[in-house]
Amino acid sequence: MAKVLMKGNEALAEAAIQAGCRHYFGYPITPQNEVTAYMAKRMPEVGGVFLQAESEVSAINMVYGAGGAGARVLITSSSPGISLMQEGISYIAGAEVPCVIANIMRSGPGLGGIQPSQSDYFQATKGGGHGDYKLIVLAPSTIQEMADLVQQAFDIADKYRNPVMILGDGMLGQMMEPVDFGSIKKGENHIEEKTWATTGMGTRKKKNIINSLELDPQMLEKHNIELFKKYEKASKEEVRYEMTNCEDAEIILVAYGTIARVAKNVIELAKRENIKVGLIRPISLWPFPVEPFEKTVDHVKGYLSIEMSMGQMVEDVKLAVNGRKPVYFYGRAGGMVPESYAILEEIRKLSGGAI
Amino acid sequence: MAVVFEKTKGLTDIPFHYCPGCTHGIVHRLVAEVMEELGVLNKAIGVAPVGCAVFAYEYFNCDMQEAAHGRAPAVATGIKRVHPDRVVFTYQGDGDLAAIGTAETVHAAARGENITVIFINNAIYGMTGGQMAPTSLIGQETLTTPYGRKPGNNGYPVKMCEMLSTLDGASYIERVSVYDVKHVLQAKKAIKNAFTAQINKKGFSMIEVLSSCPTNWGLSPNEALKWIKDKMEPYYPLGVYKNTLEEVKQNG
Repeated sequence: MAKVLMKGNEALAEAAIQAGCRHYFGYPITPQNEVTAYMAKRMPEVGGVFLQAESEVSAINMVYGAGGAGARVLITSSSPGISLMQEGISYIAGAEVPCVIANIMRSGPGLGGIQPSQSDYFQATKGGGHGDYKLIVLAPSTIQEMADLVQQAFDIADKYRNPVMILGDGMLGQMMEPVDFGSIKKGENHIEEKTWATTGMGTRKKKNIINSLELDPQMLEKHNIELFKKYEKASKEEVRYEMTNCEDAEIILVAYGTIARVAKNVIELAKRENIKVGLIRPISLWPFPVEPFEKTVDHVKGYLSIEMSMGQMVEDVKLAVNGRKPVYFYGRAGGMVPESYAILEEIRKLSGGAI
Repeated sequence: MAVVFEKTKGLTDIPFHYCPGCTHGIVHRLVAEVMEELGVLNKAIGVAPVGCAVFAYEYFNCDMQEAAHGRAPAVATGIKRVHPDRVVFTYQGDGDLAAIGTAETVHAAARGENITVIFINNAIYGMTGGQMAPTSLIGQETLTTPYGRKPGNNGYPVKMCEMLSTLDGASYIERVSVYDVKHVLQAKKAIKNAFTAQINKKGFSMIEVLSSCPTNWGLSPNEALKWIKDKMEPYYPLGVYKNTLEEVKQNG
């Protein structure tokens, strides 16, 4: 199949449709508005449902209803909108309803700005809503990968009966790149019958209940433990990462999403100065990949986490390294994308032992 | 021997947890009987609220989802858009429907979402122990209006039927009560009309039921029923506020 030149937001929407998603609920917010417009046009063409809700709060609860009723369902938003959805996300995780949520991040806090950012890393990977739960969080760094991960996200969500978040940023949502939807393996996207879903009892003897309430503390703890067994399984089976030039690197950059692309450029710039720089690119942010750090910690001088935030993923890098080597941070906030030469300057300092 | 009465198949055998004299039990039974009589139990999907009726998912004998506080109409919307041929209903109290979930209620009605909402108005927050509800009456004493609800401080009670009946998406809106047998029977008829409106794909339907809360009103069950009639009904007049079911109109 030929490649199509598409905006990231549109590729995300099209990939979802091709993965069998026929229900989309959302609310406009910059910089992900192309998703709502694309879905409004495309869903009727494929016999699906596009519904613009009155708020993000309502939209995520529509997702809860639709996911609970057995549909493959997508919701997209950007940072302030995702904050509003946290109540619903907690309920969805608690009730074990599968769905895919995409956050095309903009800068914050509060109303912040509309430029790309990665400052929702904590919110995505450490909770966001109330209670003990986890999202499986996938971070694409190209438009092609955006499409591929959205497809996988639906399968993962169904497998674990858990919400899966695609964590992108305004840059990925707004930029255009060629995408090949032919790489999607349709066979992997077959949707198994959801016998637990609220579809109306029909001839079924037992009624189905989708619920997150458990007033008995012992029963609720049991539910919490069961959820974490599921997350433990996911933390073994859903780890995704990419390593570039790590074998003999003295300094390893750690970056995800848009900024990982800049990092690849930095590797080349550093090579000209005979500094061996590698890159660990987590693709799954939760579960966070520890393995690439185990593989490199013995020979590397230190790690440099680069982020479009004031430093959030750097905490997970430190946990993975566990004090064995120094971990540094460089980031820009407010919607600024770190430039390769600024990162190179940090690397020079590290290489020269200045920091 | 001929069976003259039996429990509706629309309810499970799980005993209700409601306080003595609370009318939730009556309304549960009416909704369940209506679904059984309309033959829709096997295609019904209910949405339970947060509040006293939170365990409704245990009581109704059909598929159920439990929603967050106020979000039941949004959850029901999601379900209905996946299964347009099923019968989807929410069961909500006044705090759920008329306070935290006002937006969800108004917009589900405005969209003409083809769902049925059963709205229990007992003018107080029951589950949390008797605080002011958006529907609490002027002068009504509650935990959070210990000197009585005052308009200057607490605003005015929200009249949901009057408000929603102005929306084009609403198909059937009626306010009923259950303080005596006659009104219980009228309430059942209203609930049946609301479900019929949905089955006929007419759009959003809501039945508001003026209900009792003896525990938090500090009244005996009998006094509570009288309080509905004497205090609530004058402020919340009973009747049909919107009806797009032609045949019902003719029958008066």
